[in-house]
Amino acid sequence: MIGTELRLMVRKRRVWLCWTLLCALPTLVAVLLATTRLAPPPGRGGAFLSAVVSNGQIFPAAALALVIPIFLPITVAIVAGDTVAGEAAAGTLRYLLVRPVGRLRLLVAKLVSVAAFVLLAVVFVTVVSYVVGVLAFGFGPDASLGGGGTIPSLSGVSLTPADVVFRTAVTVGYLGLCMLALGAVGIFFSTLTDSPLAATLGVLAFVVASAALQPLDAAAAIEQYLPTAHWLDWIDLFRDPILWTNVRGGALVQLGYVAVFFGAAWANFATKDVTT
Amino acid sequence: MIIETTNLTKRFGRVTAVDRVSLQIPRGVRFGLLGPNGSGKTTLVRMLVGLVHATSGSIEVLGEPMPARAAAVLPRVGALVEGPAAWGNLSGRANLRLLDAAGRGRAGRRRIDAALEQVGLGGIDRRPVRAYSLGMRQRLGIAAALLREPALLLLDEPTNGLDPRGIHEMRDLLTSLNEAGTTVVLSSHLLSEVEALCTQVGVMDRGRLALRSDLEALRTPTGRVVVRTPDPAGVVGLLDGQVVERAGDTVVVQGVDPATLNALLVRGGVPVSGLTEERRTLEQVVLELTGSGNDRLERP
Repeated sequence: MIGTELRLMVRKRRVWLCWTLLCALPTLVAVLLATTRLAPPPGRGGAFLSAVVSNGQIFPAAALALVIPIFLPITVAIVAGDTVAGEAAAGTLRYLLVRPVGRLRLLVAKLVSVAAFVLLAVVFVTVVSYVVGVLAFGFGPDASLGGGGTIPSLSGVSLTPADVVFRTAVTVGYLGLCMLALGAVGIFFSTLTDSPLAATLGVLAFVVASAALQPLDAAAAIEQYLPTAHWLDWIDLFRDPILWTNVRGGALVQLGYVAVFFGAAWANFATKDVTT
Repeated sequence: MIIETTNLTKRFGRVTAVDRVSLQIPRGVRFGLLGPNGSGKTTLVRMLVGLVHATSGSIEVLGEPMPARAAAVLPRVGALVEGPAAWGNLSGRANLRLLDAAGRGRAGRRRIDAALEQVGLGGIDRRPVRAYSLGMRQRLGIAAALLREPALLLLDEPTNGLDPRGIHEMRDLLTSLNEAGTTVVLSSHLLSEVEALCTQVGVMDRGRLALRSDLEALRTPTGRVVVRTPDPAGVVGLLDGQVVERAGDTVVVQGVDPATLNALLVRGGVPVSGLTEERRTLEQVVLELTGSGNDRLERP
């Protein structure tokens, strides 16, 4: 079933459209920055953007910071909201179930395909923005002097390319997990309704609600359990030395979301009457 | 028994869709499940394959309890539930391959090709299912049901969207599969389809099983005889008072058995071109048993 699910996913046009658009936004930003050379001053604009102009290799981090607040969650909401409700609306759900595919297996396959989608999305954004960044801004001033293209960390200390690769890989994994947590929420919503659109909008409402609570002082007690609260914690990975505390805590919260919402999806779907 | 339900009941909220249905279908028959729209046919079929969970009562399919043993039962059941469905962006063959690959016990490429051939889609191309006609989708749905050469075929409205030739082909296909040992259960509101294909029928009405019988046993004589003659006036003259209907060259006579009537007409010198004993049609039986479907709402 997992193989079937993955093959179904890569043959969906909307999935490729999501990936393309995710890569297009940072590319557009790079083109604008490269042609105008008007980088936002440090502290304003997206994270890392001010450093990008001097070194293209930091652009993947800037690109991820660009897509994480809204763009990436929207694509996850679209794909995860469609998982079960899309099959239900098309009627293929009943034929999968009488094939027979066990209901738990079906949900696990859906979770795996959402995980593959988010991981590939983050990887594509990273790779495309690295290429675009280097093409638009070069390897940094040091490279022209034969300095090996070191990259400034947020703490000011220069990082070696190998270090950056490691930090970027951890970032990809961390963001993949954050988005998978949202995907699990989407799968749960998708088992509640036969309308993929309703499930997608439900996920977005969830994101908006979390983002609205986040800055409230009154919500301080629950702030660290909000899913969106940890979406930018990976920026700590680009400090020197790496600040692991927030990343570790964030990863645990996100894993919690995956477990709770996937469990809820299973509890609901296991005994659900499939009437479409 | 290939299907056996006992006091099977399904309630959706306050609505009782299936009400204490105890149905037995023996192996090897062609069974037609009839009833108006909303009488519970589809819900019953969905419960048989484990899509909908019963509120109470029990189900056995192929001798095993459902849905507890679904993993063992369903590979031997081919089902078409409430119309075909497919991934519209893929071709028909790709659809069957993906569905086949989704579960255990794969049928394989050769069997997919054979199933497509069986339903008349052997020459199918790479066009996506989105571009298929309703009849082609229907054929594809039946091919999917046939994929694992099931012992039991459960088909909900199998001739939906097919043209007369397609309906005829499907009837031939189902008859030949049945002769090779497959039990065919189809639900339909098209009485003629069931009458032409099935050996046994069940009639659902407002969630209850109103009747379960051999088709032949239903078609009892009505006690009326239909006479075709070039001289209808002659018949009326001979049998005044017993003629109940007269239309064109057809006269319907009541209260005389066919042999006596024939002798009477011959003695009376009335030419007869046809004389048949009228039997109840399935339609009459069903209309007597069932109320109107739930798609009809009259003012109270």
